[in-house]
Amino acid sequence: MVTVSDFGNYETAWCPGCGNFPILDAVKQALVLCDLAPRDVLFVSGIGQAAKAPHYLNANVFNGLHGRAIPVATGAKLANPDLAVIAESGDGCMYGEGGNHFLAAIRRNPDITVLVHDNRVYGLTKGQASPTSPDGLVTKAQPNGPLSSSFNPVALAVLMGAGFVARGFAGMQEHLAGIVAEAIRHKGLSLVDILQPCVSFNKVNTYAWYQERCRVLPGDYDPADKDLALRTAMTFGDEIPIGIICRRTDRPPLEDRIPALAPGPLVGRPLDREALQGVYENYL
Amino acid sequence: MPLTDMHIMIGGEAGQGLVTIGRLLSKAFTRMGWHILVTQDYMSRIRGGHNTFSVRVGTEAPLAPRQEIDLLVALNRETVELHRKDMGPGGILLADSGFAPAGDGVISVPFEDLGPRKMENTVALGVIGDLVDIDAEVLRRLIRETFQRKHPEVIDENLATLSAALAWARGIRPAAWDGLSRPMEHEGKRMMLDGNEAVALGALSAGCRFCAFYPMTPSTSIPLTLIAHGDAMGVVVEQAEDEIAAINMAIGASFSGAPSMVATSGGGFALMTEGVSLAGMTETPVVIVVAQRPGPATGLPTRTEQADLEFVLHAGHGEFPRAVFAPGDPITCHDLTVCAFHIAERYQGPVFLLTDQYLADSLRDVSLLDASNADPVVSGAKEADVSTPYRRFAFTDSGVSPRLLPGKGSHLVVADSDEHTEDGHITEDLEVRTKMVEKRLRKLRGILSEVVPPVYEGEERPDLLFVAWGSTEGAVREAAFHLRREGRSVATLVFHQVWPLDPSRFLSRLEAAGEVVAVEGNATGQFARLIRRETGFAIKKLVLRYDGLPFTARYILSRI
Ligand SMILES: Cc1ncc(C[n+]2csc(CCOP(=O)(O)OP(=O)(O)O)c2C)c(N)n1
Ligand code: SF4
Repeated sequence: MVTVSDFGNYETAWCPGCGNFPILDAVKQALVLCDLAPRDVLFVSGIGQAAKAPHYLNANVFNGLHGRAIPVATGAKLANPDLAVIAESGDGCMYGEGGNHFLAAIRRNPDITVLVHDNRVYGLTKGQASPTSPDGLVTKAQPNGPLSSSFNPVALAVLMGAGFVARGFAGMQEHLAGIVAEAIRHKGLSLVDILQPCVSFNKVNTYAWYQERCRVLPGDYDPADKDLALRTAMTFGDEIPIGIICRRTDRPPLEDRIPALAPGPLVGRPLDREALQGVYENYL
Repeated sequence: MPLTDMHIMIGGEAGQGLVTIGRLLSKAFTRMGWHILVTQDYMSRIRGGHNTFSVRVGTEAPLAPRQEIDLLVALNRETVELHRKDMGPGGILLADSGFAPAGDGVISVPFEDLGPRKMENTVALGVIGDLVDIDAEVLRRLIRETFQRKHPEVIDENLATLSAALAWARGIRPAAWDGLSRPMEHEGKRMMLDGNEAVALGALSAGCRFCAFYPMTPSTSIPLTLIAHGDAMGVVVEQAEDEIAAINMAIGASFSGAPSMVATSGGGFALMTEGVSLAGMTETPVVIVVAQRPGPATGLPTRTEQADLEFVLHAGHGEFPRAVFAPGDPITCHDLTVCAFHIAERYQGPVFLLTDQYLADSLRDVSLLDASNADPVVSGAKEADVSTPYRRFAFTDSGVSPRLLPGKGSHLVVADSDEHTEDGHITEDLEVRTKMVEKRLRKLRGILSEVVPPVYEGEERPDLLFVAWGSTEGAVREAAFHLRREGRSVATLVFHQVWPLDPSRFLSRLEAAGEVVAVEGNATGQFARLIRRETGFAIKKLVLRYDGLPFTARYILSRI
């Protein structure tokens, strides 16, 4: 049996009170719920405050470049589908610098879990606007508020046919742990956009602001209903629905559609010399 | 006297099936035992435009393309207008009677009478086949093989057209035309490969399991070749959303334990550079093929150049070791690709293959490869070889730390693009930083100890020494051959690995020569500059080419 203590407890570089702490704890809880031991999991992150999260638990980790967590995670999963692969980073990393990979990954549908700590600012670089910054958010770089309108990743993912799209809130840790566990279990790409207060640079979307607005989806909510999912995803204002917004299993994951992976993982496969000789003979 | 070395050029528009006959003809030569070198000159479009397919065929392996044409086959009028001036004495021009000019050595072919319009290339194949004495049976077999899979219904009609063309050609053969000398008998079977196919086959034999790419001429046929054999060989090839994704996917796959590669050209490689640095920092093996084409920016997409040497040498921020191989023909493309996978695995980082359009697209005959000689990479270290607690980036004398694969044992594997501790976690401890930089750079000593030395050919103290790298090799060797025949004292020094350089393997050669001439496909002499930087030896004379075409011996000889 895997327990939360298997994932350890480490000192972090985060500001006291940061929303990253409960997210880290929720992710550990989710791994326990999925009975995944540290050695079975690979976290891939980018660069930012959120991207440091995998350093603060026991697991395999590839902490790559800003914006590039998803392609590394995709490659790692294709090479060894036995690994549970989780791409974890901030909103700037996933939706800004890595925006093209985010779109492509939804279409490609690898069996990876994408966890986005969405604090609606660039934390590590000290508070500039991110793609999800609310309209009117004043920052040192955007003294009149962002010139680009706010991006809704959850709605986009639903619209593009992602199989699993959820919105969580750092202030509801147990609920978040449940969503993340479901996301990990989903076969195919799963997105969990996690509303994360940044106590240092986002004075608008605070814990209190979210607590007033976040509502857990009702028990009879049907995440397989795409129209409903889209409407729910678009609801972001006085009320913010929290939970698994969209869940569909009609699209097989990328790995299941690649014949070369049918015999098993690529890792450690011996060279088939007979097949290779056959390849050579094509060029006679 | 029959020729021992013949240059056949077929010219036409894209869409006229030029490549199909060119390939069939080349394959027929290969099967009959001749040696070939094929070069293609095409415009960056799918239909129209003027394209040529050149086969240099001989009883000895041709070293480089040649300008002078012995047999010009014009499928369109433009071919006559553009290339007739390059015909050598005694050459023959084959052209459609619709536009064949009058004159000696012109064979006007009534394409329309010999077969349906859409089979004009089969007619051309028959006429050429007869003029160069290819066995009709070899051609027939090739036609059957070519159409068997996709268009079996057209086989009979093509065979009939071929017979008509052969019969017609027999009747009109000019008396002065002696054809081609018979080839020598070879031991064993021969394959026909271009540079890109050879890279792909090298990758397969090295155990490559993953390739990501974004299409870019002239590199694309590398992933396409891997895709063609991917299911049989267990290789995953993914077309990425951009080159940034491509290299990051390859790094992810390699981290997991799949020997991985990417292939691109200059512009795409520019997008990959941050990933190169990531492979350096996380010490992840990755093979990067850069098939050069003329730049800057989009440049000339379908032509050749060697102007990305300095770019590849320096691409990626920060300091980390790398190796750069520069093959000169399909066989070195194959062998050095295998080498690149092993060096990448052993020294855990980015390793480059620097090729170019000329090499990528030029076909040659090579002995049938033997899969029992394949030398696949073994990814990662054995768990028994590491101590506990496992440190992915343990400080070692060689700089190489045992690389375990995630999920493949009891240890956790942690890698970071931030500066990191021995166990892979982010750190700002500046003492650790200093030691990590030194550890990473120590790996260069190992890479240097395995360097592929340059190949020297010629007498010990020549009056003239040509220095070349990569695909320029053949033209330089042919130029030297001509000069030697005139009694000149000439040698060649050809580099197949351009980084790192070990001066102890070649500096004395440079110093012993009367005059040293660097021959490079760029406008500024990048390799000569590199040699000067690494050895202090200044190569004063440069023969450079940057019009997008490959070197020929004549080009070099006319400039010295
Ligand atoms: C290529 C590149 N560009 C810019 C940066 C600088 N940078 C580091 S983190 C970051 C933004 C971080 O924001 P986010 O991803 O939202 O994460 P957070 O710090 O808010 O958790 C930026 C711009 C970088 N590291 N690499
Ligand atoms: S800057 Fe914001 S997101 Fe980053 S650690 Fe501090 S509070 Fe958290």
